[in-house]
Amino acid sequence: MTQAPIAKAHVRCELNGQPVEFLADQHMSLLEALREVLDMTGTKEGCNDGNCGACTVTMDGRIVDSCLVLAPEADGRRLETIEGVAPPGGLHPLQQAFLEEAALQCGICTPGFLVAAKALLEREPAADEHRIRHWLAGNLCRCTGYDKIVRAVLRAEAEQPKPRARRSGTA
Amino acid sequence: MTSKTEPKRKFRVVGTRPIRHDGWDKVLGRAAYGADVKLPGLVHGAVLRSPHAHARIVKIDTAKAEKAPGVLAVMTAADMPVAASQVLDLGEEVTNATYASDRVMARAKAVYNGHPVAAVAAVDLNTALEALTLIDVVYEVLTPVVTIEQAMAPGAPLVHDDLVGDDIGERVEHTNVAEHIRYEVGDPEAGFAEASTIVELECRLSRAHQGYIEPQTATAFWSQDGKLTVWTSTQASFGQRDALAGVLMRPVSSIKVVPMEIGGGFGGKIGIYLEPLAAVLSRKCGRPVKLVMERRAVFDATGPAPGGIVRVKMGVDDKGLITAATADIRYGAGAYPGAQINPASVCVFASYRIANARVDGYDIVINLSKTSAYRAPGAPQATFATETVVDEICRRIGMDPAEFRLLNASKEGDRRVDGPAFPRIGNVEVVEAIKGSAHYRSKLGPASSPAKKRGRGMASGFWQGIGGKSTVTISVNNDGVVSLIEGSVDIGGTRASIAMQAAEVLGIAAEDVHPSVVDTDSIGHTDLTAGSRTTYATGAAAIKAAEQVVEEMKNRAALAWETDAGNVRFEDGVFSNAVAKGQRLTFKELSGKLGATGGQISTTGVVNLRGSGGGSFAAHLVDVEVDTETGKVEILRYTAAQDAGKAVHPAYVEGQMEGGAVQGIGWALNEEYVVGDDGVMQNASFLDYRMPTTLDVPTIETIIVEVPNERHPFGVRGIGETGIVPPMPAISNALRDALGVRLTELPMKPGRIMAALKAQAAS
Repeated sequence: MTQAPIAKAHVRCELNGQPVEFLADQHMSLLEALREVLDMTGTKEGCNDGNCGACTVTMDGRIVDSCLVLAPEADGRRLETIEGVAPPGGLHPLQQAFLEEAALQCGICTPGFLVAAKALLEREPAADEHRIRHWLAGNLCRCTGYDKIVRAVLRAEAEQPKPRARRSGTA
Repeated sequence: MTSKTEPKRKFRVVGTRPIRHDGWDKVLGRAAYGADVKLPGLVHGAVLRSPHAHARIVKIDTAKAEKAPGVLAVMTAADMPVAASQVLDLGEEVTNATYASDRVMARAKAVYNGHPVAAVAAVDLNTALEALTLIDVVYEVLTPVVTIEQAMAPGAPLVHDDLVGDDIGERVEHTNVAEHIRYEVGDPEAGFAEASTIVELECRLSRAHQGYIEPQTATAFWSQDGKLTVWTSTQASFGQRDALAGVLMRPVSSIKVVPMEIGGGFGGKIGIYLEPLAAVLSRKCGRPVKLVMERRAVFDATGPAPGGIVRVKMGVDDKGLITAATADIRYGAGAYPGAQINPASVCVFASYRIANARVDGYDIVINLSKTSAYRAPGAPQATFATETVVDEICRRIGMDPAEFRLLNASKEGDRRVDGPAFPRIGNVEVVEAIKGSAHYRSKLGPASSPAKKRGRGMASGFWQGIGGKSTVTISVNNDGVVSLIEGSVDIGGTRASIAMQAAEVLGIAAEDVHPSVVDTDSIGHTDLTAGSRTTYATGAAAIKAAEQVVEEMKNRAALAWETDAGNVRFEDGVFSNAVAKGQRLTFKELSGKLGATGGQISTTGVVNLRGSGGGSFAAHLVDVEVDTETGKVEILRYTAAQDAGKAVHPAYVEGQMEGGAVQGIGWALNEEYVVGDDGVMQNASFLDYRMPTTLDVPTIETIIVEVPNERHPFGVRGIGETGIVPPMPAISNALRDALGVRLTELPMKPGRIMAALKAQAAS
């Protein structure tokens, strides 16, 4: 079969605080670009149709399912993946809380939950349990029954340095 | 989250909550799962699947695909050997190699929608997917057999023309009923004659998927020297090796299975799916080939739990004692036999002492993907019928459901319907734990609006578990830290629970045991991570290896102290000389002296445990609120009590109980395979196959009960599975309490609840 050559997109973005540039097929999802082109396999594929949240990353601070974003759309954006959650040599308070609360079993959904929860705490540092459950409803976990995940987010929230009180808003 | 422990052995490590050893990798995104495998020269594959549930394959033309640029190999069943008939016992799953071969790649007939018919390896995934469109398959579409009624009807189309059924020992040809088993004790008819109240219900249960978030994957490299290496996400690395050997007709020793981190399984990742296809593609193109299953195929073409029809009849006398019970269990196995009717039959009445009982189980083939184990395989569906019948009996005779269970509970010495007598078990204790809970004593409270109604329900559950073979190797480093090598895949924290048992024996901290899960060439045979066996059996192997370490270290201390080994004591991590006061060495100190006293120590513990030691019982209690205008059910409060024998890492015991309960809530209220007359699943996505989210479930309150398991040195019981057994009947019982109607069909979705309310209003 002969095919017209597909021009690859030249994508420049900020990934976990570092400038990155790469070539991606026009049809390639951001998830595939992260995993296959950039070797960032911490972001997981669970369904590839936007229903499980395992591939959650942030783009300009907003959580997205990276399987539903085309890689060329990331051009000029600021991305954060699970690999960018921890400070150098340490753990983010959410990661520490997930460990201490046994908030993971198999661990495949954990990166997506951590990225989503971090985005919530940055936006709403005083989110209550219902708000946390609402925010995380786009992330499926089949092992834990969710309770220990919710406890871990509440614990990280309680332990974070308190910024000025902010009203809980919507995404 | 209270824990009831009997006074007994004092533990230092067991029963604490250390951070799991693999936790850092998993929260940092570094843990490598099946799809994360990267190898030099790796290429990607894709699978072409039958769009028909039942069709003869007339012709497959792969010529165009083979010539496409970037395509490296194309395979069909013609590239696979005809596997010799041979039983493959993978632990919780038993199949035949011929069927397994046919299931992974259709030969003459496609017998389920999504059945692979061809596969391609190419330079990248997109090229492989494009090449699939160039493969021309000519099908002769046949009438699919979709329901159990269709499959058992006289003159039904046959899923397999050559299937020979076993009807309690009789051969039956031209049938879809692969097996009919029966267990019988006492005289059920005489027992029913003594009953003053008899209740019978027929329950219909949907097929449900394990719903693991990580799809199946396989990467294979078949080297020119004949060695095949497979990197995969599996619960059974040795089982996979044996299955691959059977299907590919290769010696087991030529195959190495490397278990990657596994993204959930719940029984669904025991059998082989993509592994033999990746292997054959690799042989054909000479490069490592990776296959990742798409979610649609995970639903269509892997092994969910069987749906079925279960009829249970139970009689009680004036005092509420069960006089007789019968069960008729019919499960739709999917396209190949193996619907777990035996464990279903074992578990259906296990919570009760019944002198007169009969259980019939039917394993029925239909044109859907072959079912597989799913958490307590076979038990939840059968128990749904038993526990709803028990609830109806309690209502008829006006007896408290906890009192009824305590009166009729199976105990040590009572025989299960399949014969074995229970050793010491915690059946009574879990019911008492529920009865004593704050939840049980609480008032239900008024509904939140006039259109809503509240109800409370209780149910019991049992899973037998398995024992089996495990191997653990321990090596002592000169800094006092030990490495622990195991063959048990860690699906939810077993590196920690096994390492903790070794640490307990060695008198060191859990953190000073470094566990590694290794491939099939690097450790002795270890059975699968399933059957609630891992913490129990591999833990026992770790204890054995650790005890050998202690014995050898006593010898070394004796050498250092120039005394007899019999004089060396070991307590709380300290070696001491009984005849020379002041001579003492900690484990760590003695570890530093091993080089000078005969070299480093490594030991191997091998166990082959017969059975689980009685299994694990659970009792659950649930409060629901139902909106009578929409049929929506909200779970208000949920409490689960379960016997853990001895909880090694209580947080992960709670995690198993919570996760099992939530899976059960999903199966109870939402999850089902919606299958058309054409045998095609109509809701094969996470959007339409509706699993619980954070918003759908409350905190699951857990009560860990500890009735020691006599077969395990620390009393540990396997606890992974029982939690999924009680939720469906508990919720049906709560709905009965709220609405006055009995829901007997799963899932109890809003439409069914509204239909039941309408029927109630009309009558």
